[in-house]
Amino acid sequence: MSLMSEVGQKAFNLGVPLAVHMDVTYRCNERCVHCYLDHDDHGEMTTAEIKDVLDQLAEAGVFFITFSGGEVLLRRDFFEIVEYARRLMFNVKIKTNAVMIHEEEARRIRELGVDTIQISVYSHRPEVHDAITKLPHSFERTIKAIRFLREQGLRVTIANVLMTVNSSDHSGVQELAAELGVQYTLDPTITPMMDGDMSVLSLRIPGEELKEVFHNPALVGNQEEFCAPPKPPSEEDLEGYSCSAGHSFCYISPYGDVFPCVQFPLPTGNIRQQKFLDIWNFSPQMNEVRSIKAKDLTVCSSCSHVSSCSRCPGLAYMEGSMRGPSTADCEKSFYRTGIPTANMLRQGLSKPRTMAANTAPLIQIRPIAVPA
Amino acid sequence: MPETCIYIARSSAIAARALAGEMMVMNSVDSTFFTLNEVATTIFQAADGHTPLRDIVRDHVCERFDVDPEQAQADAEQFVAELSGHGILLVSNQPLASETP
Repeated sequence: MSLMSEVGQKAFNLGVPLAVHMDVTYRCNERCVHCYLDHDDHGEMTTAEIKDVLDQLAEAGVFFITFSGGEVLLRRDFFEIVEYARRLMFNVKIKTNAVMIHEEEARRIRELGVDTIQISVYSHRPEVHDAITKLPHSFERTIKAIRFLREQGLRVTIANVLMTVNSSDHSGVQELAAELGVQYTLDPTITPMMDGDMSVLSLRIPGEELKEVFHNPALVGNQEEFCAPPKPPSEEDLEGYSCSAGHSFCYISPYGDVFPCVQFPLPTGNIRQQKFLDIWNFSPQMNEVRSIKAKDLTVCSSCSHVSSCSRCPGLAYMEGSMRGPSTADCEKSFYRTGIPTANMLRQGLSKPRTMAANTAPLIQIRPIAVPA
Repeated sequence: MPETCIYIARSSAIAARALAGEMMVMNSVDSTFFTLNEVATTIFQAADGHTPLRDIVRDHVCERFDVDPEQAQADAEQFVAELSGHGILLVSNQPLASETP
């Protein structure tokens, strides 16, 4: 086990929120076709409120903070926020589309000691990238920004979200990343929209293409190991938890709402009404999330994939139950290994339904009403 | 010959946080990650750029931990040299201004 994994496990066992993802705005200068956010401003936290949250997070033991959005640089106070976070000695990561990053911004990011900048690139073909972001010349501006950041010696990761409209472009983006000297990460997950609109799910790549992705060593590394049939779950596996959401990780929205994860829209409290540690330690919702072990899962506890599945409790929650299966992850497990999941078998399916048929009820992220 | 004072300060390029009494430290330049034991954490936290290392050892380390002062000083110097090599601590024989991002 690496030192980082040991520390992660220690924080998990102690219930310390080691990492927080904070969206500082939902406003954005791009309008990506797959985006799950509502880009209107419903009352973002002020600079002073965010600084107060950062003080509280430092006190709570948070080490890693990711600033994301929306587009973070649409906040005029963004560098002030990062500077404050760095003074509190957080390890800062930034997720951005980078179109507002020029030489000056790149230099500032380096001066502030930001750890990593993750930038969304959808295609190596400008016309495809721009068609997804709906912002003309965004590809050109994003790539130029990556070069500015690299000139400053910063670590950059290109995040390549795969969907129907760019599913054949991953190798091109991977080559582009290599040429730019940056890391590459691929994500085939498309999430329902915050307002409950499921139509974006039609952008998810079809199962057969997902299978190709999972069997491509250039994308998954050791393909044999990655696609190996699941091992029978041990007692330890059944006593284990799905992920770090609510255990050593949480998400804070621009309105101060605290959730177990960015992909887990279960409101647990609002930082404008309560102290962060009160929410983290005493929220009944947070405590419910962290009480769920693999053995408690209604369908998945009897699934052969339970020890190796990427089951997301947030996606399961959006499908109706945080203890239930996440269909998108069932699909991934199936196309990775070729072995049907318990969730599929109980529905008499030998392969996953097409996404159009997965219209489970959706629980939505909504800002929690804060009294004036 | 008078003893040379060593002053130590935390670099602005690092991230750090205590977890159960032990300090996690990461250098943002190369993402090197360390955890410091309790004694090393004490020295790290006292590295304000103005207090000589020997005073830190005397007032913070020997005070809190039952250690031989000479051995503690030697260990502290070795620890400081190691962290300085990784860009975590700045070392000088003059007081250092505290670095902020």
